[in-house]
Amino acid sequence: MSKVRVLVGTRKGAFILTADGKRDKWEVNGPYFAGWEMYHVKGSPADPNRIYASQTSGWFGQILQRSSDGGKTWETPGGEKMPKPGEIPAGQSNKFVYDTSPETGKPLTTHEFYDGTQHPWEFKRVWHLEPSLTDPDTVYAGVEDAAIFRTTDGAKTWHELAGLRGHGTGPKWQPGAGGLGLHTIILDPSNPGRIYIAISAAGAFRTDDAGKTWKPINRGLKSSYIPDPNAEVGHCVHHMAMHRLRPNVLFMQKHWDVMRSDNAGDLWQEVSGNLPTDFGFVIDVHAHEPETIYVVPIKSDSEHFPLEGKLRVYRSRTGGNEWEALTKGLPQSNCYVNVLRDAMAVDQLDSCGVYFGTTGGQVYASSDAGDNWAPIVRDLPAVLSVEVQTLP
Amino acid sequence: MIRVILPQHLRTLARVEGEVQVEVVGLATQRSVLDALEARYPMLCGTMRDHATQKRRPFIRFFACEEDLSLESPDTPLPEAVATGAEPFLVVGAIAGG
Repeated sequence: MSKVRVLVGTRKGAFILTADGKRDKWEVNGPYFAGWEMYHVKGSPADPNRIYASQTSGWFGQILQRSSDGGKTWETPGGEKMPKPGEIPAGQSNKFVYDTSPETGKPLTTHEFYDGTQHPWEFKRVWHLEPSLTDPDTVYAGVEDAAIFRTTDGAKTWHELAGLRGHGTGPKWQPGAGGLGLHTIILDPSNPGRIYIAISAAGAFRTDDAGKTWKPINRGLKSSYIPDPNAEVGHCVHHMAMHRLRPNVLFMQKHWDVMRSDNAGDLWQEVSGNLPTDFGFVIDVHAHEPETIYVVPIKSDSEHFPLEGKLRVYRSRTGGNEWEALTKGLPQSNCYVNVLRDAMAVDQLDSCGVYFGTTGGQVYASSDAGDNWAPIVRDLPAVLSVEVQTLP
Repeated sequence: MIRVILPQHLRTLARVEGEVQVEVVGLATQRSVLDALEARYPMLCGTMRDHATQKRRPFIRFFACEEDLSLESPDTPLPEAVATGAEPFLVVGAIAGG
């Protein structure tokens, strides 16, 4: 029987939740890396036993963890032994140094700061890890201050894909309230050269040559809170999602507005429709129905909790515009949690499972595409990320 | 032999308990002690000083013999008692936040 493994990153450690295909009885393991902020934990599609985790701390900086046995044991790649002559220097797995080479790094000096002045790029943490679809040793990392890095040696060393920051609009990127983070990386399963990313608050970008060159894909976005609402960059994109069978169709939860693009991001249209509020962070797509999407509406940019204290997932079966509230099993009074941008995921079982975590420490699961919900755990630290692995 | 006391999170990361001891070549300074620590425990690279600049991370402090040595030059010799192993070199996470 199939098995599901839910990888949860929280403010104070990581947790691994497992169940069989029925998804009614859960085993909770953790905390792993207790006391550390676990921004993201994600498994390799090419080898589900290979899992990567971003472990961070304001005191001690960034750590990269890797498991090769499905999360039972962990290691800091390259930190396990002294290097022999000629080997890669040890202790590089958390070394994220911006490219300053004359060829690609020269224009990468500053971005816009909150006060409008230019500010040097300073690495702070890894927000998102996106393992390759085909190679367990290749992973992309989205970092703050916004940049994308790649490892091809299982996270022992990382190198920036500098074309993103170097394509020209970098000096106009400004941090969102949570920082200038590159938080979304989507790999196109039909085109190895195509990658989508999103940055708060710069917007969405696409490469078609595996990261050498990038272009902004923000046409159609309208953000009334920036000087030019239709600007090429500067939009606070919160998250994006794609169905693997329709990689040209993208869905986006922007700061305000739920959007979709049917041409790989070249043009966006709003599909907020009848949502009670279109502010939010998460967005995801059903595993088998490319037009079924999920969001969790949040009251506003200054009140990061559900409307009326009711935790409601909204589902559209029409690719947007027409939304229905999913409430069975979710608290419908006095609920004032948030659901952060990387804290929703779906499994691949026939009856699609949907999962999300809250800043109140609950992880909710639905084994019937959102019709009914139940908490897997209720009292974890604030949940930063949720990912799901569907195992044979 | 230099005795070093690491904060709990770094002990966990390095998979050690209690004090650690490192050998330094030449003068015992902040730099030579941290170099020796990182060589023996590579997973600590970047956790006490920045990978790129080698500057002390803002919320890390260094103490020895009841003195705060954080603002000393990294090449200033450490107190004799640290160099001889009579007193430990303390790496401390600043008390801030929760």
